[in-house]
Amino acid sequence: MSSGRYSGFRLLREAMAGHQGWRRAWHPAEAKPHYRIAIIGGGGHGLASAYHLAKTYGIRDIAVLEQGAIGQGNLGRNTTIVRSNYFTAPNIRFYDAALQGWERFEQELNFNAMVSQRGTLNLIHTEGQRDLFARRANAMALEGVDAEYVDPAGVKALVPLVELTNARYPVLGGFLQRRGGTVRHDAVGWAYARAASDLGVDIVEHTGVIGITPGHPITLSTTAGPVTAERVLLAVAGHSSTLAAMAGFRLPIETYALQAFVTESVKPVLDLVVTYGGGHFYASQSDKGGIVFGGATDGHNSYAQRGSWPQVEETMTAGLTLMPALSRLKVLRQWAGVMDMSMDGSPIVSDTPVPHLYLSTGWCYGGFKAIPAGGLVAAHLVATGTPHPLAEHFRLGRFRAGAQIDERGAGPYPWAH
Amino acid sequence: MLRIPCPHCGVADEAEFRYRGDASVTRPPADAGVDAFHDYVFLRDNPAGWHLEWWQHAHGCRATFQVKRHTVSHVIAWSGWPGEAPP
Ligand SMILES: Cc1cc2nc3c(=O)[nH]c(=O)nc-3n(C[C@H](O)[C@H](O)[C@H](O)COP(=O)(O)OP(=O)(O)OC[C@H]3O[C@@H](n4cnc5c(N)ncnc54)[C@H](O)[C@@H]3O)c2cc1C
Ligand SMILES: [Zn+2]
Repeated sequence: MSSGRYSGFRLLREAMAGHQGWRRAWHPAEAKPHYRIAIIGGGGHGLASAYHLAKTYGIRDIAVLEQGAIGQGNLGRNTTIVRSNYFTAPNIRFYDAALQGWERFEQELNFNAMVSQRGTLNLIHTEGQRDLFARRANAMALEGVDAEYVDPAGVKALVPLVELTNARYPVLGGFLQRRGGTVRHDAVGWAYARAASDLGVDIVEHTGVIGITPGHPITLSTTAGPVTAERVLLAVAGHSSTLAAMAGFRLPIETYALQAFVTESVKPVLDLVVTYGGGHFYASQSDKGGIVFGGATDGHNSYAQRGSWPQVEETMTAGLTLMPALSRLKVLRQWAGVMDMSMDGSPIVSDTPVPHLYLSTGWCYGGFKAIPAGGLVAAHLVATGTPHPLAEHFRLGRFRAGAQIDERGAGPYPWAH
Repeated sequence: MLRIPCPHCGVADEAEFRYRGDASVTRPPADAGVDAFHDYVFLRDNPAGWHLEWWQHAHGCRATFQVKRHTVSHVIAWSGWPGEAPP
């Protein structure tokens, strides 16, 4: 049964009736023995792919198999930042398609995801960094995507909390994308699960995949028994290598933990998303008032969803260097997610050595922003068997062909991305 | 905080060390061809379990050595020099 249309009028009507009329946002399904398409992983990418397969490609016989509950993976653990300020042209095009997806998201999915284009500001602290950001801004301008250079006075006006003259890395300027911002992460998962469920997709929670037998159809062993499917999409983030091993192949992926933190709530002090360029630290303020912040990965292979102490210290140190006033706030919560770090730092949306088995992985620490376009291109690939024009550069074969995506020039070292 | 046993200096905090990745891959001979080098440079087992890896004691003796660590519990079972193998 559908949850019905959401609107201000509906809210008013339900309020008058004591909120007794709300129905589940999506129908809780049990796994059937066979599907045309099975998607493993009910994170943002799995759910968005299911939605686009049903909506854009007209395939309804789909299951999303999620080992936990919707939103307990990286979807519900990220710091909600969206932007399209990439460097290589194909990446700028892909991520801006995603950003345009966010601009349409709430109308299209009839869900309030608190899309807030408050701007993302990357701070510049050295001459070399300024040259690099200028080059990036020009690359974006060539693709018709907005980017601006901001001088130190402009930075101070945008973010009064920033200490411009910090002794080690004084702020020389900033690189601003006004269309960037934040989106309520849980709401994104709920919106896609609801929309996909309304289109007939089975959202199967608490059902983990524990074995994959190639063939036609592909047989999945799950904690709820076997499920066969004509085509299978793996969208399991940090667990991609484990699932690929079940199907008999290895990936150019290593799994790393990334942490985030949130402070107690305060009055509005931080209007946009700010990234420190002198160390690993970035922050924004949630609508509830907490300062949400994070830094680099823990720097070594890890499947532990908790995060390491040296990285806690490094993130806090960098944050206080940039915004000393934050030292007055208490940190309320800290958590971590396990991420699919690819060898070149860019996603892999691709076919695999196993026929009819497809991949959406390698989203690294930046895959939340990609969800609206990531779902579309993965759905296109699974439905048609050919890559979407926006995602031809994300194929797995690029590593063998020497066509890695040189977004940052860091080499095949996931701990350095 | 990982407490890493450097074979030269003894146990020290993770903050003294630099991670250098999977130590189970071996460089193929120069004429091994594209596929062998592709596998060596890019493909990883990436286990949720025991992992053999390189660490460098950057703020100590500066030696690079191997560690066998569990990637879920972070328990360290062994460390040794290049060329050695865990028991
Ligand atoms: C702390 C942190 C901060 C981040 N901040 C940002 C940010 O600000 N902006 C941004 O763009 N990105 C950010 N990211 C990255 C972003 O969260 C991820 O790239 C993105 O959520 C990946 O989406 P996904 O759908 O692939 O993964 P997930 O949401 O993790 O979904 C994968 C799902 O697969 C399920 N699964 C795993 N194994 C199995 C199995 N065997 N059977 C069934 N199901 C299985 C998991 O339970 C999980 O729900 C951040 C990540 C973290 C951890
Ligand atoms: Zn030492």
